Amino acid sequence: MSEEIEKIPVTITVNGKKMQRFVEPRMLLVHFIRDEISLTGTHIGCDTSHCGACTVDLDGLSVKSCTMFAVQADGCAVKTVEGLANADGTLSALQEGFRMMHGLQCGFCTPGMLMRASVLLRENPDPTEDEIRYGIAGNLCRCTGYQNIVKAIQYAAAKMNGRDFQEAAE
Amino acid sequence: MIPGSFTYYRPSSIEDAVKFLIDHGDEARPLAGGHSLIPMMKLRMAAPTHLVDLRGLSALTGIGEVDGTITIGAMVTQAQLQASHLLTAKLPILRETSALIADPQVRSVGTLGGNVANGDPGNDMPAVMMALDASYVLTGGAGERRIEARTFYNGAYDTALQAGEILTAVSVATPPRHHGYAYEKLKRKIGDYATAAAAVILTLGDGKVASCAIALTNVADRPLFAEEASALVVGTACNAATIKQAAEAATAITDPSGDGRGPAEYRRAMAGVMVARALRSALSRAQGA
Repeated sequence: MSEEIEKIPVTITVNGKKMQRFVEPRMLLVHFIRDEISLTGTHIGCDTSHCGACTVDLDGLSVKSCTMFAVQADGCAVKTVEGLANADGTLSALQEGFRMMHGLQCGFCTPGMLMRASVLLRENPDPTEDEIRYGIAGNLCRCTGYQNIVKAIQYAAAKMNGRDFQEAAE
Repeated sequence: MIPGSFTYYRPSSIEDAVKFLIDHGDEARPLAGGHSLIPMMKLRMAAPTHLVDLRGLSALTGIGEVDGTITIGAMVTQAQLQASHLLTAKLPILRETSALIADPQVRSVGTLGGNVANGDPGNDMPAVMMALDASYVLTGGAGERRIEARTFYNGAYDTALQAGEILTAVSVATPPRHHGYAYEKLKRKIGDYATAAAAVILTLGDGKVASCAIALTNVADRPLFAEEASALVVGTACNAATIKQAAEAATAITDPSGDGRGPAEYRRAMAGVMVARALRSALSRAQGA
């Protein structure tokens, strides 16, 4: 059966670059990102839409790219962790926050955390700690206990709002 | 995990989508947000060979109110329900319920239509729609028909939806301005289905409950409208004794299975606790309004 299925054209703008490929309809968006265009920053964790390691921006919304077909993203703009740094290559406030607050240990969940947090801060530029925790509830981390991830996001929010963030990493 | 192969069709009208489903029969499925279907396909527990993607059908989007009826397109996402000013003002139970469904990423994509049409007893919106006495618009080869949420569900993944039909919209009579509402959901963690959950909609008149509707999530093979429990509350002041009676009557119609969320007895007991909490919360909201 599978060899009879025709590949169909999809055009997805990834980190500002238009990517056109012929894909099988069953190809997941995360496989399109990792295998077709070789951006391996987006991780596959649980592969069951629980862990959030595969989170990317799709037209400004956070989605789990393991639970979406590439054909569903046809005509959309995707942003991955590779597109998160500032235009001049320096770290964004959020990336800097993760670095300064030790918001990662093994780093596996980090691309998904960063992508989710970047949308969270766009939707809510100065979130409370509770709002941060609710906002990243779809992203699992098995190392940090979340404390420093929350601080990393608070650090970024403070910097983006022109404040100093006084707390230290734990 | 890689799903089985399928052909993919993106129609430009509901009629085209229906025609595709009719042409391909049992092998075809509509694809809404895909957050129930795609995981099942990845596990190969579902293997449709033809998918018709409803995304992009503008007729299935939008939230509006005309002549006292609120209509919500099937492809409206949970995130859009949460963000809607109209719903926040007039049908706040939807916002309260959406906030308890899955996580932000899933709510970006998961739709109201998928949630109510899928027939998974763990989905939260069906009980809410039963409490609201909502109706569903089903579009098929012979045109549109309407069915009440309270009669739509036959069993797990078994609904009144016929082959070749698509659930295209949900409509609800706008409740009175000062109605009481609550959705109380017990779950083990964010993103989990309910161990037990209860939806309540009620109105007050002269200090007594003028109308009341109670419905339950995930404590049977289908969502349950607790008709007897609802009737017990009407005409009373909804005091502690009445709440206890209603919770017991609602518990009596549950038939949960034991699973990772707990043994059946526990889930039955929790259904009663959720009903009592939802009644108290709905009552205080109606009184405070």
